[in-house]
Amino acid sequence: MKNLKPWLPLIGIGVFAVLLLAVAPSVLSMHWINNLGKYCCWAIAAVGIGLAWGRGGMLVLGQGVFFGIGAYSMAMHLTLETAGPGNLPIFMILYDPLAALPPFWEPFRSEVFTLLAIVLLPVIVASVLGYALFKSRVKGAYFAILTQALAVALAVLISSTIRETGGDTGLSDFKYFFGYVLSDNGNKLMVYLIAAALLIVCLLVVWQLRRSRFGELLVATRDAEERVRFLGYDPAAIKLVAFVVAAVMASVAGAMFVPIVGIITPQEIGASASILMIAGVALGGRASLFGPALGAMAVGWGQSSLGSSWPSGWIYILGLLFILVTLFLPMGLSSLLGKVARLIWPSRPKPAAASAAPSPALDEVNT
Amino acid sequence: MTSTPESLVITDLRVEFDGFVAVGGVSFDAHPGEVRFLIGPNGAGKTTCIDAITGLSQGTGSARLGDQELLGKPAHKIVRLGIGRTFQTASVFEELSVLQNLDIAAGLHRSPLSLLRARRGVDPAIHRALDETGLSRELETPAGILSHGQKQWLEIAMLLVQDARVLLLDEPVAGMSLDERTATGELLGRVAANRIVLVVEHDMDFMRRFASRVTVLHQGRVLSEGSVSQVQADPRVQEVYLGTAGAAPATPRETAAIGTAAFGTEED
Amino acid sequence: MDGLIPPLLNGTAQGALLLLAALGLSLTFGQMGVINMAHGEFLMAGAFIAYLTQQVISSSDLSIPVALPLAFLGAGLLGLLVEVSIIQWMYRRPLDTLLVTVGVSLILQQAALQIFPAQGVPVEKPGWLDGQLTVLGYDWPLRQVFTLVLAALCVAALAAWLKYSSFGRRIRATVQNRDLAETSGVPTRSIDRMTFFVGSGLAGVAGVAASLIGGTNSQMGTQYIIPAFLVVVAGGIGQIKGTIIAAWVVGVAMAFFADWTTGSLAQVFAFVLVVIFLQVRPQGLFTVRTRGLT
Repeated sequence: MKNLKPWLPLIGIGVFAVLLLAVAPSVLSMHWINNLGKYCCWAIAAVGIGLAWGRGGMLVLGQGVFFGIGAYSMAMHLTLETAGPGNLPIFMILYDPLAALPPFWEPFRSEVFTLLAIVLLPVIVASVLGYALFKSRVKGAYFAILTQALAVALAVLISSTIRETGGDTGLSDFKYFFGYVLSDNGNKLMVYLIAAALLIVCLLVVWQLRRSRFGELLVATRDAEERVRFLGYDPAAIKLVAFVVAAVMASVAGAMFVPIVGIITPQEIGASASILMIAGVALGGRASLFGPALGAMAVGWGQSSLGSSWPSGWIYILGLLFILVTLFLPMGLSSLLGKVARLIWPSRPKPAAASAAPSPALDEVNT
Repeated sequence: MTSTPESLVITDLRVEFDGFVAVGGVSFDAHPGEVRFLIGPNGAGKTTCIDAITGLSQGTGSARLGDQELLGKPAHKIVRLGIGRTFQTASVFEELSVLQNLDIAAGLHRSPLSLLRARRGVDPAIHRALDETGLSRELETPAGILSHGQKQWLEIAMLLVQDARVLLLDEPVAGMSLDERTATGELLGRVAANRIVLVVEHDMDFMRRFASRVTVLHQGRVLSEGSVSQVQADPRVQEVYLGTAGAAPATPRETAAIGTAAFGTEED
Repeated sequence: MDGLIPPLLNGTAQGALLLLAALGLSLTFGQMGVINMAHGEFLMAGAFIAYLTQQVISSSDLSIPVALPLAFLGAGLLGLLVEVSIIQWMYRRPLDTLLVTVGVSLILQQAALQIFPAQGVPVEKPGWLDGQLTVLGYDWPLRQVFTLVLAALCVAALAAWLKYSSFGRRIRATVQNRDLAETSGVPTRSIDRMTFFVGSGLAGVAGVAASLIGGTNSQMGTQYIIPAFLVVVAGGIGQIKGTIIAAWVVGVAMAFFADWTTGSLAQVFAFVLVVIFLQVRPQGLFTVRTRGLT
C-alpha cells in the first residue's frame, strides 16, 4: 500500500477522467452537459490558480485578464467565422456599415493564429507583468490588488470600445466552431469533451509540476523566498513560471468558455468574475490537487443554479463563504478531508530521534 | 599562509546605510586550510560584511574570490560562484524534509530542465553531507521539527551539497550545547581542509578552541588580526572588550590576566 | 495656458475626493496592515446615510452638514462591527483580511441592493453649493470646492489627532512595535478598534461627498476601492503626506486624460501610470527606511 501512495493522485485523475468523459455524457441531459462544460472551464482556471496561489503563494486576484485574453481571442475568431470570409462581423455592420475591420481583428480569421494566440498571448502578457512585479519584489496583498486592478482595467477598456469589441453587450451569436455547426447537439457534446479533456490535461500537468523538483522549489519560494536566493535560484524566475502556467490555463479556460456558453462580455473578466474563481479555489483547498477544480465546479454550480433562481441569496452565500472559509478553514475543504482521513488512518509515528538529544548523532561524528 | 588562486580577498569594503557607516574600509583575506574567525562586539559590522559579500547589502570596495569580483552581482549569482552562507537564525525550509532541503541545495549544478522531473534516488553527495554533519538518521524528518543545533548542521550540510568553495557562517553555534559545539568545531576543521571557512562568532570559547586566524572588527573597522593568542594579547582588543580606555601601561602578567578575563584560558 | 486650468482644478477636486476615500484606507492599511476590501462599501454606507438624512431633514441646505458627522459615525460603527466580529482574529495575516473583507463587501453590496432601489437614490445638493467660484478665469463648481475643503479639513483633523492626542501616540506605538506596546501597557485591542472606527468613518465622510457628485448606488464602492488602494500604495504605506500627493497627481492625471478619452479609459490610464511609478519606486513616495531582509 505504501508504494501506491504517491500514485493515488494519478489514480484519482483517472477516475475523474472516466467520470467526466464517459459517465457524464451517458447520464446527463444536454442542458446539464452544457453546464458541466462551463464548470470545467472555471475548473481549468482554478487548477492554475491552485498552482500559483496554493503552491506558489501568489494570490492572483485578476485571472480575469487571462481568461479574457483567451475568451476574446476565441470569440473574435468565431465571430469572423460566423460572418463569413472577408465579411464584417454583424455587430460592426450595425454600428457602421462602412467602417473597416479593426486591424487587430484580421489575424484572428486564421484558425492556427487563434490557437497560437490563446496559448502564447497569456505567456507574453504574464511574462512581462510577472517579471515587472516580481523583480521589484511586489508580493502578497499588493500583488493581489494590482492583478485585480489589471482585470478591472481590461474590463473597462473593453466596455468602452463598443465598436471594436462589442462593449458591454459582448460577442455572441456564434454559429460555427472551427467548421462545426454549434447548434448541433453532437458538436456541443464534442465541445464539452474537449473542455473536460483539457481539464484532465491541466490536472496532469499540475500533478507533475507538484511532484517535480520545481514543485519543491516553488513551495520553498512560497515559504522562504529570500532563502531560496541563497541556494542560487532567482525566486522571481521561479514564481514567474508558476504565474505563466496559471495564465495559460486561465486563457484556455476562457477560450473553451466561449463556444460552450455562447457569449463573452466584460462581466466575465472583471472583478466579480476573478473573485468567483478565487472563491472556488479557497473553498476546495488551494494547496491540494483536486481542491481547486472541485471547489470551482461547486461554486460554478452555485452560480448557475442559485445565481439564477435566488440571486440575492447566492451573493450572501458567496460572501459568507469567503468569511467562514478564511476564518475557520483557510486551507479549504480538502484540509478537512485530510484531517478526517488522518483520524481514520493514523500514519506511523514520526522518528523519535528528532526531538531526542543529539548525542547519538555526535557519536557518529566523533568516530 | 600562501595565497592560492582560490582565496577570498576583501579589500577596503565599505557599507553605508543612509549616511550611517556600518563598515568603513575593512580588508582581510581567507584561504583554504584555515578556520578563519571574524569577531567583534555587537554592531561592529561583522554580519554587514557578510551581507555585502553575499549580495544582500550594497558595498563598495572589492571582494574577490580568486579572480572573480563579487560586489555588485545579485545574490543568487554570487551563490552560483561558490559562495555559501548561513544565517543567525537557522533558515531551512521547515515544511520540507531534510532530504528535500538537501536536494534543493544540490540542484544548483543541475540543468534547469531537470527541475521538471521528480526526484529519483538520492544523490551520493547528499549522503556524504549527511554523514559529515551527523544527520543520516533524519533523512525524512521535516526540517521544522529538528532541534536548533540540528538545523544549523542541516544548513552547513546544504552548503556542502551546494559544493560551496566558501562557507560564510554567521554565529553557527549560538544556542548549542557544549557537546554540539565541539562536534561543530571539529566539523568545521574537516570542512576547511579544502574549502574557505569564515566564521562570525561571539562565543570566545569556541573561537579559542577552533580558530586558526582571527580578525577583530570594531565599529566598522579592523582592530586587530592574527592568531588567537596574538589577538588576545593585543591591548586594543582588550580595551574594546573590557572598556579600559587609557589604562596605565600593564605588566605582561597584567596584560595576560586581562586577556584571560576577556577570552578565557587555554585550560578547561 | 487657459486650457490647462479647468482640468487642473477639476483634477484637484477629483484628487480631493480620491484622497477622502483613500485617507481612511491609509489608516487601516498603512497603520494596521489590514486590507479592507469592504472600504468602498463603507463609503457607500456614508452616501446612503446622506440620502437617509435628507429623508428626515428635508431641507437639503441643512441635511448635508448634518449628514457628515452622521456618516462618520454610521460608517465608523459599521467598521467597528466588522473589526470586532471578523478582523480582530487576523491581524498578522494581511492576505486573509483581504479575502475575508471581499466576503464582507459582497454582503454589504447585496444588502444595499435589497434595501434601496437598484438604480440608486438621489441626494439633493444643498443650495449653498449652487454656483461657482471663479478661480484663475475658470468657473469652478462650488461642489468641487466643497470636496477640496472637506478633504483638507479631514486631513488636518486626522494629522492633529494622530500627532497631539494620547490616542494618536498609542496608535503610533502600536504600529511601530505592537508587542512592545502591549508590554508597555498600551491596550492594543482598543487601539485597533479605534483606528478601524476612524478609518471607516472617514470613508463614510467620503461617501457623502461622493453622493453629491454621482448619486448613490450599490456598486459605487467598487469604483473607489481600487483607485484608493493604488493611491495608498503609491504614496507609501502609512505615509499620509504621500497619500495626499499621490491622490492629487492621480486626480489631475485622470482629469487630463478625460479630456481626450472617455472617463473610464482615463481611469485605465491613471492605473497604468501608478503601476509604472511603482515599478520605478516600489516602496511608494515616502517610506520609513528599515534594515533587513525584506
